[in-house]
Amino acid sequence: MDKIERRQFLKLGLYTTAGVMMGSLFAFSRTDKEIDYKSPEDLSKFDWGFLVDTTRCIGCGACVRACKVENNVPDSYFRTWVERYEIDKNGRVRVDSPNGALESFKDDNFNEAEIVKAFFVPKLCNHCYDSACTQVCPVGATYESPDGVVLIDKERCVGCGYCVQACPYGCRYIDHEKGVADKCTLCYHRIQKGEAPACVNACPRAARIFGNLKDPESKIRKILNLRRYGTLKPDLGTNPKCYYIGLDMEVK
Amino acid sequence: MQTPDSFVFPNELHTTWTVMIVLYPYITGMVAGAFIVSSFYHVFGMEKLKPIAKFALVSSLAFLCFATVPLLNHLGRPDRAFNIMITPNFNSAMSGFGFVYLFYMTIVVLEIWFSYRAELIDKYLKSKGIVKKIYWTLILGNTTVNEYTKAYDTKIVTILAAFGIPVACVLHGYVGFLFGSIKANLWWSTPLMFIIFIFSAIVSGLAVLIFLYQFVHWLRRKPVNQDSYELMAKWLWGFMIIAVVLELMEVLSISYENTERWEVLRQLINGKLKISYVYLQIFVFSVGPFLILSATTLIKSIPIKIKNTMIWGASMMLLIQVLLMRWNVVIGGQLVSKSMRGFTEYFPGYFDKEGLLVSAGIILVPFLLLKLFDIVFPFFERPGEIK
Ligand code: SF4
Ligand code: SF4
Repeated sequence: MDKIERRQFLKLGLYTTAGVMMGSLFAFSRTDKEIDYKSPEDLSKFDWGFLVDTTRCIGCGACVRACKVENNVPDSYFRTWVERYEIDKNGRVRVDSPNGALESFKDDNFNEAEIVKAFFVPKLCNHCYDSACTQVCPVGATYESPDGVVLIDKERCVGCGYCVQACPYGCRYIDHEKGVADKCTLCYHRIQKGEAPACVNACPRAARIFGNLKDPESKIRKILNLRRYGTLKPDLGTNPKCYYIGLDMEVK
Repeated sequence: MQTPDSFVFPNELHTTWTVMIVLYPYITGMVAGAFIVSSFYHVFGMEKLKPIAKFALVSSLAFLCFATVPLLNHLGRPDRAFNIMITPNFNSAMSGFGFVYLFYMTIVVLEIWFSYRAELIDKYLKSKGIVKKIYWTLILGNTTVNEYTKAYDTKIVTILAAFGIPVACVLHGYVGFLFGSIKANLWWSTPLMFIIFIFSAIVSGLAVLIFLYQFVHWLRRKPVNQDSYELMAKWLWGFMIIAVVLELMEVLSISYENTERWEVLRQLINGKLKISYVYLQIFVFSVGPFLILSATTLIKSIPIKIKNTMIWGASMMLLIQVLLMRWNVVIGGQLVSKSMRGFTEYFPGYFDKEGLLVSAGIILVPFLLLKLFDIVFPFFERPGEIK
């Protein structure tokens, strides 16, 4: 291929790609439905809750990757992450979460022969009923939606970081590019359309269950009625709404 | 850092509140402290403090003008800073900040204006041209000064000073409360925090006044007013004892309770904070000045020159001590992982936006401003000076 031909070839490739992209943009952006905004009364029929079955988690990190893509999470910050706990026969505990388990876990267990118990714990914002972050936000940028999701109004947030300090679970961070606080929204943009949060969708083991706590027929309600569960740091009075099945005392 | 024996939540690898948030309580501490000292004279009539009262007041303003600079430099969206007053969420401990700050600023500015009114009028009458215009604006065009207005000014100043004491305590105690009320943080969460902050504020206020007072007089080759200087040194001695003891008692009671909290904080104190807290803040910069000030207060036979130098040295050490205390609180608290399994690391960087160079600038500028203020509001009488 001589120089001219190559240039033409590249040009052609470029145009085709651009054409396909424009076309698909058009195809996907077309919508016949008007966006229907729910009224607060409608929204208050929901109380979105989250359940993590730690006994099912295999630490693959698919949820972390899905979240990062779905929500454009900046590198080295996490809206959700997975922790690995290893307890050896002397009762020593080792916990790690390399890069939030974005690339899953390395095979670097500590004295493997000695491990008596090991498990994974996915973490995310607990959307606490009495959230410390909402309490401390000086400008009211952090608030609870009528359907029970703790959200951040990024048009109002001043980026003071007080909420980051106040969250006992390390769920928040300052997005330095935008200068505002950020955290899990339970994929609010998806759940409004009746879809599940990205992490719930991505989990191959159905370790993450999401649903309406106000609906007695919802899967999450049924499981909560059946199984024994716990929440993180219950003594702090935040009343987390992310419930854990198989919670170990080592998990904080 | 994540190592086999140490785990921190992934988001905790970044320290949210930087050295800027160390500087804020440091500077407001000096503001509140200096103001309280000036009020000792105005309200409690401690005549011995008269030579320093005006200086204390003006210093308070100089620091106050710059107290918000580190905050603005730290905010992710400084352009929205006023949201805190436009859409305050009064459930938040931080939301009253803007109001308290403004209120206090108003009191200080008014108090300065009333204390300097007569002098400003005098300057107005003696000046010419544009300077005259400036003074005219400063005195709001009112040139009446007589025995009656002077008495009235003094009365107002006294009222403002009395009013200002609780407000100064609130301003600074409030900062302590911001930290003390964070239940998520093991090192901050204590009801004693705001009391400790108030006392350390008075220590830093007294220390900076002693430091500057002596320094300015050395520059001008004039002797200090020995009575007020020694009185301030005595106060400094007393207040530093209270501040340090409160802080140590706090740690002692946590350790004696011996809960899981102490298990973590013990490692913090023996590990990451060993140098900055145990060695520097406590041993060198608390015990050191305590011994020096004990000597200057109790031993009468020390020659004045040596005594003054000792006091000056102790005040400088206490200024560093308070800065270290702010660092150990603000940064120390953030080093502890909320997973209670490890500690993270923090270094501000030298030339970063929130780094050490900028910090040094922010600390030094109020001192330069103070020099500027001296031209408009001369704080020490300068008899015999050739105009
Ligand atoms: S987990 Fe943290 S960020 Fe989420 S609602 Fe609770 S306090 Fe707020
Ligand atoms: S960073 Fe934003 S959301 Fe968080 S407390 Fe400050 S203003 Fe509120």
